[in-house]
Amino acid sequence: MLGRTANDLFWMSRYIERAENIARLLEVGYRIALLPREGGQDAEWFSTLRSAGCEKGYLGKHGSYDTRDVVHFMLFDAENPSSVYSSLATARRNARAQRTALTREMWESLNSAWLEFSAIDPDTIDFNKLPPLFDWIKERSALFRGALLNTILRNDTFYFNQLGTFLERADNTARILDVKYYVLLPHNEMVGGEIDSVQWAAILRSVSAHRSYRWVYKDSYKPWQIADYLILNRQMPRSLRSCYEEVVAALDELGAYYGNRDGCQSLAHETRKLLTDADMSAIFQSGLHEFLEEFIARNNRLGCEISTTYHFTD
Amino acid sequence: MAAAFDEMNGTGGGVREPYQFVHQWLQTQEIEDLRRKRGEAEALFRRTGITFAVYGDEATTERLIPFDIIPRILSASEWRRLAAGIEQRVRALNAFMYDIYHRQEIIRAGRVPEDLIIQNPAFLAEMMCVEPARGIYSHIIGIDIVRTSENEFFVLEDNTRTPSGVSYMLENREAMMHMFPELFSRNRVAAVEDYPENLRITLESVAPEGLDREPVVVVLTPGIYNSAYFEHSFLADQMGVELVEGQDLVVMDGALQMKTTQGLKQVDVVYRRIDDAYLDPLVFQKDSVLGVPGIFDVYRAGRLTIVNAPGAGIADDKSIYTYMPDIVEFYTGRSPILKNVPTYVCRKPDDLKYVLEHLPELVVKQVHGSGGYGMLVGPAATKDEIEMFAMKIKAVPDRYIAQPTLALSTCPTLVDQGIAERHLDLRPFVLVGDRVRLTPGGLTRVALRPGSLVVNSSQGGGTKDTWVLQD
Repeated sequence: MLGRTANDLFWMSRYIERAENIARLLEVGYRIALLPREGGQDAEWFSTLRSAGCEKGYLGKHGSYDTRDVVHFMLFDAENPSSVYSSLATARRNARAQRTALTREMWESLNSAWLEFSAIDPDTIDFNKLPPLFDWIKERSALFRGALLNTILRNDTFYFNQLGTFLERADNTARILDVKYYVLLPHNEMVGGEIDSVQWAAILRSVSAHRSYRWVYKDSYKPWQIADYLILNRQMPRSLRSCYEEVVAALDELGAYYGNRDGCQSLAHETRKLLTDADMSAIFQSGLHEFLEEFIARNNRLGCEISTTYHFTD
Repeated sequence: MAAAFDEMNGTGGGVREPYQFVHQWLQTQEIEDLRRKRGEAEALFRRTGITFAVYGDEATTERLIPFDIIPRILSASEWRRLAAGIEQRVRALNAFMYDIYHRQEIIRAGRVPEDLIIQNPAFLAEMMCVEPARGIYSHIIGIDIVRTSENEFFVLEDNTRTPSGVSYMLENREAMMHMFPELFSRNRVAAVEDYPENLRITLESVAPEGLDREPVVVVLTPGIYNSAYFEHSFLADQMGVELVEGQDLVVMDGALQMKTTQGLKQVDVVYRRIDDAYLDPLVFQKDSVLGVPGIFDVYRAGRLTIVNAPGAGIADDKSIYTYMPDIVEFYTGRSPILKNVPTYVCRKPDDLKYVLEHLPELVVKQVHGSGGYGMLVGPAATKDEIEMFAMKIKAVPDRYIAQPTLALSTCPTLVDQGIAERHLDLRPFVLVGDRVRLTPGGLTRVALRPGSLVVNSSQGGGTKDTWVLQD
């Protein structure tokens, strides 16, 4: 496989995962914006933008946190490289360049998603009817992943796509946690109150985990358990631990497929060990924020090492 | 101009034999249903990404070639005759190129003028005495053929550089079989689907000699913004070979290498879809970023096969075209089975005079142009357009040839007004390697405007599925 192909596939899957995550984040922000609150929605929209890593770009264009502006910026703005529009455009451009590495089902699901989304005129969107659009984005991402899982050859094509998906997902979950880490600190458990439980639910909702949480913990929302669920729980498909099980599996299989073992494989194993060996009390003791920051940095480093090891560019 | 020969109805004596069944079937169809089916086909094409880009058209970068659902049908005996003529022609074309780039016997024999070759921009002096594998220059050829009556076929053009459109031939058939399976159970239509396999076999058969492993074949594309990008990726995918850009290739250790996830890997055959000028910035156009520095040296050293060979354009130049009857006879020793369209060469004073006097009846083309750009269709042009064109010809006569306006055959076609006759041509695709392989049929292009003779997709033409019936 060409290095450029590996690069394009990796980023194609990353951007599709990103589009889905943006939709999920907006869904939660939008829901909170509907609730009557004192002091407006500024803080909430700021967190949403920060979780998506695009607060600087937003503030460069807009002075205040208007719901319409935020939604437009994150869904349709072509100048925002992480907007759903830009993510789908990049994913589709990569797919087009690597058409030969995609099955027909994968290409068609992505191409039709792009054709439909790019045909939307943002000015005609009824802001009261955004939830169906968020659902549509998530559905299209699910359709693409489904097509991929059901039709793609289990060779390097598959592994590079897996790596893109799970590196992006791990980054996303870690950033959502990091932006809101203070509401999860143990002393907050005592504070309780309505505001906090809304915040806790929002974190879970942004990774679609607010219902499954109850199945797993059989308990009301508790910050300690929420953190445990999103970081260490193997059952939760968007937890850091789960993402790294997939990352390690993909790198191991890729190494076996090519018949070698590389630096990025050891790095991924190391990061997974951090997650399997840790428990939440130790993480809280040494600092949740510090733990997440280190994780995000490691995750980025792994992305770079994969890119070097497999000659993504030259 | 007299009424054109119609592929379905001939000249009025009833429905022609090959169309009997399709004609009956058409009688039972509602126009609205046919339109809906065509809509389905186009939605399918758009979803699968069978699009092309139109140069100079900024509004849409990706467009569909209109698809017509009424097939164009050739009988087995018609096709046998065409096939024999095509095979004869591609052998002559390759023999001609070998000669031109070696001893130039045909010039010595006085059959083709020397300056027409030497001063031709498509002639590559760098190719002199290069020995391509199996002596083949043009491995993939598209011959444009038009029909004017029951028994008259003419070759309009030979495409020996990078003929495109084969992906439409294949996808049109897929769409037709998907939408109208009943037509295929009632007609014995020769399959076209083995083209990609034949292409792969052809490419592998011209790999450099003495390899001790399976040859590595790649398709070289200028990239996703090229008008024919869909076709490039389609063919690479169907053959199961890498689709590469210039940036993925590098010359190292005297060989062409591609940059893979596992480091460099040697390439033996490049099916390139970029022009000669962009192939190698060290030899040809210096600022090209599409090609690969040093690739030409590797080729000349016999460690790589480039398909089609650099310099193959010499055989499809429109001024050379006028000599094709001589060329076929010179190299095959037989008279051509397929006729040329009579052609006036404006560089000849007598021809120029005739052309300028008869512009309203003639089709004038640029010698080095393609794609239907910059041509004049006399009968369809206004007085002003003709006068403007006359000035252009007088300024640089060498640049133009002219042909009588042929009454191209028509075929019933679904248009806004219902089913109406539209003019068409035919581009069969030929592969030349260890042997000549010809796919039955080819791509039928149809002019969608009433009376129009211009079938090029860049000028709004559409396509039809092309059937060759089996005995």
